[in-house]
Amino acid sequence: MTRFLAQRLLQAAAVMVLAALIAFLLFNYVGDPVSNMVGQETSLADRLALRERLGLNDPWLWQFAHFVGHAVRGDFGISYRLQRPVSDLLAERLPATAELVAASALFAIFTGVPLGIFAAVRRRSPVAHVLSTLSLVGVSLPTFVIGMGLIYLFAVTLGWLPSFGRGEVVKVGWWTTGLLTAGGLKSLVLPALTLGLFQMTFIQRLVRAEMLEVLQADYIKTARAMGLRGRTIIFKYALRNAALPVITIIGLKLGELIAFSIVTETVFQWPGMGLLFIQAVSFADIPIMAAYLLLVGFVFVAINLVVDVLYLAMDPRLRAGAIP
Amino acid sequence: MNADPMPGLTMTNGRDLWRQFCRAPVAMAATMIIVLIVVGAVFAPWIAPQNPFDPAALDLSNALIPPAWMSGGDHHFLLGTDDQGRDVLSALLYGTRVSLAVGIGAVVFAAVLGIASGLLAGWRGGIVETLVMRLADVQLTIPAILIALMIDALARATLSPGRHEEVALGVLIFAIGIADWPQYARTMRTGTAVQKTLGYVRAARIIGVKPITIVLRHILPNVLTSVTVLATLGLALAIISEATLSFLGVGMPPTTPSLGTLIRVGQNFLFSGEWWIVAFPSLVLVIMALAVNLLGDWLRDALDPRLV
Repeated sequence: MTRFLAQRLLQAAAVMVLAALIAFLLFNYVGDPVSNMVGQETSLADRLALRERLGLNDPWLWQFAHFVGHAVRGDFGISYRLQRPVSDLLAERLPATAELVAASALFAIFTGVPLGIFAAVRRRSPVAHVLSTLSLVGVSLPTFVIGMGLIYLFAVTLGWLPSFGRGEVVKVGWWTTGLLTAGGLKSLVLPALTLGLFQMTFIQRLVRAEMLEVLQADYIKTARAMGLRGRTIIFKYALRNAALPVITIIGLKLGELIAFSIVTETVFQWPGMGLLFIQAVSFADIPIMAAYLLLVGFVFVAINLVVDVLYLAMDPRLRAGAIP
Repeated sequence: MNADPMPGLTMTNGRDLWRQFCRAPVAMAATMIIVLIVVGAVFAPWIAPQNPFDPAALDLSNALIPPAWMSGGDHHFLLGTDDQGRDVLSALLYGTRVSLAVGIGAVVFAAVLGIASGLLAGWRGGIVETLVMRLADVQLTIPAILIALMIDALARATLSPGRHEEVALGVLIFAIGIADWPQYARTMRTGTAVQKTLGYVRAARIIGVKPITIVLRHILPNVLTSVTVLATLGLALAIISEATLSFLGVGMPPTTPSLGTLIRVGQNFLFSGEWWIVAFPSLVLVIMALAVNLLGDWLRDALDPRLV
């Protein structure tokens, strides 16, 4: 077990170093940091002095260590376009993305899991057939097409829900939340549906597949033969064993939600980190791109580690030392 | 000795597959749609009513005409026109061509890279195997779309707009392909490692066949079946990824638009009521992805019911 954890920690460190290296290379070698900081009329001597002062003439490994040191303390430099510290910009945008991702994840889990169980238990019913067809349509629908379809239906045609922005937000400490106002909640509905729909179909398919496999196991047949109630069998015996791979994969899919939040935020002009990143790309605002890369890399590594530990905690076979 | 050539894989020969295919109406319908779309894309320059990217062919007085069956429609522009008087049907045909080119290019690139590294890892074992598979593991922890997006974003941010337009197609194929190789590598490695222990490989080695010949002539054909399924489902994914990246503005530029670019450009008209500019590209994109997914799903069931 220790070996397993050590291996995963090593892998996590490798990903972080790689992400930091890419971010650093971006930061230092794409474009000229000096000319991004000074005006047109600055003399060559002043530029060289600034190069020296910024440490751009130091050995690159030293510069890299310097960069990592700053990043660890949350210092990612200043945005070229907005002329503000990147860390402030990210902190401002973080709540919007976090609330969007959390709402989509909850929606995907709380609809996907029950539908998946239903599709497995009543797999010959017409509803289950409709579900499996719909889920194939679901994986073929790009996120932005879903978003635009929902906007056209609910915002443009029916006029029920807003099509862009977060609506009214309330400040709770440094965190801005849209969850406490009616306008904020209404604004959240369409983006959260858009982002969650794909994962919902995926979770439904996964739960169905896992349940079907577990329901064929001998111990389920035994339970049936013993005359246990159907509900007890499904929820107490089958679901528990099917849940293990499902939880792992849902954890990993959280990363995908963060990735696709860039798309959803673009469609709905949702003022989160993804939108900030995409806008930074079109202006070649390197400090923001580098910081986003590092932050997302860190979140993925954290999610993966948590999932691994959860897996260990949930599966007694692994704790006993039988590592796959 | 393991007699099963690949665990969980039922070997199906071509004639069996064809017979099964003829009994699967969904798969046949999907194939027909794919053929139709491919023909339309390949022969776009000959089929399209106008060359949508030749400024001389555009006439602003034809701007924003609705589809032919609506009031105000014009039978010259079957699916209507956009704000520059461009025929939507023509733009669609050319756009599908670009989308398919990127999708197929990316799948081929990912498959070649994955197959080569998977074969190498499975055949050589040891340190090579550990290195390749760890790299694949690490990459799989990051969503493919994000890797492709980062590569495209870098290209978009660092190249001048003119230069970016020239290389956008290549960058997209590279970005999406690089993001998808680990799946192929994993499947190939498992297959190769199993085949390596089988009698025919040992026999070939004993009579002194060169390793490279064994791998390419004898092992590769035996493990290629599972890759076919991956590549089909991967094509749908690659087409959607391309559209997503172009929609975000880091993919194909408006001068050579793919379906995703057309949707990006047309999304503003959603609010002003000219829905056809964005609806038709979206529809073609979804139908194409769905058809390929349906075919891939059927192929998976037909070739190997247990492959997930």
